[in-house]
Amino acid sequence: MTATLQQGSAAVAEAAVVAGCRFFAGYPMLPFTDLLEHMARRLPQVGGTCMNAETEIEGVNMVLGAAAAGARAATGSCGQGIALMQETIAEAALNEVPFVVFNMARGQQDYFQCTRGGGWGDYRTITLAPKDVTEAVEHTQLLFHLADLYRAPTVLYGDYLVAHTWMGVEVAQRDFGPLPPKDWALDGSRGGTGRSRQVWTWAMGRDDAPGPGPDAHWRAVAEKFDAIAAAEARHEAHLTEDAEHLIVSFGSSAPFVEHVVDELREEGHRVGAFRPVTLWPFPEAALAEAAEGCRSVLVFEVNAGQMIDDVRLALAGRCPVVPIGGVSIDDSGMRQGSVLGAASIRERALAAMARHPAPAGGTR
Amino acid sequence: MTGFVPTDAPPERPSLQVASTSAPLQVSEDHHLCPGCGHPVAWRILLEAIDELAMAQRAIGVVGHGCYTNIVRLADIDWLQCLHGRAPAVATGVKRVHPDVGVFTLQGDGDMASEGLAEVLHAAARGERITAIMLNNGVFGDTGGQMTAASVVGQRTKTSLEGRDPAAHGYPVPVADLVARLPGTAYVARGAVNNAGSVAKTKRYLKRALELQLEGAGFTFVEVLTMCPTGWFVPTAAGPDYLSETFERTFPVGELHTDAPGAGG
Repeated sequence: MTATLQQGSAAVAEAAVVAGCRFFAGYPMLPFTDLLEHMARRLPQVGGTCMNAETEIEGVNMVLGAAAAGARAATGSCGQGIALMQETIAEAALNEVPFVVFNMARGQQDYFQCTRGGGWGDYRTITLAPKDVTEAVEHTQLLFHLADLYRAPTVLYGDYLVAHTWMGVEVAQRDFGPLPPKDWALDGSRGGTGRSRQVWTWAMGRDDAPGPGPDAHWRAVAEKFDAIAAAEARHEAHLTEDAEHLIVSFGSSAPFVEHVVDELREEGHRVGAFRPVTLWPFPEAALAEAAEGCRSVLVFEVNAGQMIDDVRLALAGRCPVVPIGGVSIDDSGMRQGSVLGAASIRERALAAMARHPAPAGGTR
Repeated sequence: MTGFVPTDAPPERPSLQVASTSAPLQVSEDHHLCPGCGHPVAWRILLEAIDELAMAQRAIGVVGHGCYTNIVRLADIDWLQCLHGRAPAVATGVKRVHPDVGVFTLQGDGDMASEGLAEVLHAAARGERITAIMLNNGVFGDTGGQMTAASVVGQRTKTSLEGRDPAAHGYPVPVADLVARLPGTAYVARGAVNNAGSVAKTKRYLKRALELQLEGAGFTFVEVLTMCPTGWFVPTAAGPDYLSETFERTFPVGELHTDAPGAGG
């Protein structure tokens, strides 16, 4: 197979199909719309179903139903539409129904939404933030795998640049290892046998076959998320070994930051880049290790300061954490304002690094 | 005296069992609901309909949030307990994955008429091949009897203590009538469970709706008027008559839409 030039949304749709996604429901909203259109075209070709849902709330609930019935299923929107889906995403986390949510966001202002969520109860959502189309293709497949592995909804945090950039990419099927059988999924075939199944957030079971009930069930779910946090954190470190300063960024911002770091290195600055690939679980230990001995950790994100909370939690006061991003909106509404650019990042990074200079006669 | 049966000796043959006390597929005798509640009657005829159509092993129930949710603990079929109001959307996903399975929702009027009106209307308009069942007692029973979008004019509830007043509270939403007007609909009926005759008729409606769904006819809908002795401001024993005198005037019972081939009767 060779790489073909295609739009990010088309590549992500193809990756979903290759991953076995056979049910998709969504409501159009830029820059997510293209993914919905590609799924509407592709899924019928492979025997699947794409619903042009009447509302985001109905779309995500259709997906919950399809996933509870055993299908690989997904929905998506941008942050505003995902906001409407929060109740159902939380519900799916608590009743353990796996599906993928594509947040083709209008920028980086949905970090809290993806990693904290707005639903109720003790839950988390595994969130991957690809830096480009190529990585989005891999992440899409990985998210279906992780959803099934942990029986939990997962989130791809993309944006306008992931959804609309045309790149030469190869969508090859990835094998992430074996998965447990979906012996919990509903197919309606066991009525009257004493072995019928339930998907129920309260997990109380039938009177003749009681379930664990909400107390034990929700504790088990919380323990599952603890296990995911311990096992699934992913990150990418770029020139961090001897760095005196780190710049932390995620998603589409990261390639800009890496470019600036390369430039600054050539000019003699000992600076490195760190990127959480999973926003939840946040790679806390890896960041703490990379920041060991650094004089400052700069956080570049195109929002008012959201990921910086996780950076501070990871570093627990061991070194200064400095925001160098900010809200930046252009007229397109896609939140790709002037702050997101190499010149802007370079200027902000140099100013912040100058405030934390090397002590006279020594480095880290 | 003709037909006199001596009682000083045991009968020569045992009497015939005329009815089982348990519904088919029922796993427990405790329905968890209040004495005088109409819901367990509706559950029973639903389970009988499923059993008589031999669909126990191709049935998935999608249940909303209300007192009726307890059926999940009592009936031995696959259940998906979903969020308030969303059952028709969830059932859509289930049905599209398992087109040969009978998929039905069980919702209350608070769930369907208040929280999830969009879900049921959109599913009906799509002609989604599911059966939506609304148990309508005109109150949020599970939370103690507050006004819903289907409370009838004059009905006293905890949030309309002097009775539902159109000037202040507007009018009830006749969900079955709205659904019956949509072209995607194959069958719509409204029954009740307040006397033996209405129970028998409502069971026929449920059976017909499920049967038409399995035939792929389109969206099918049954509204069931039921009593809420806890949420109504009437004595428990007066509930069935109150239902006839108030609810049935706003929500007339009968088949509202039987366009599907062979429907009706």
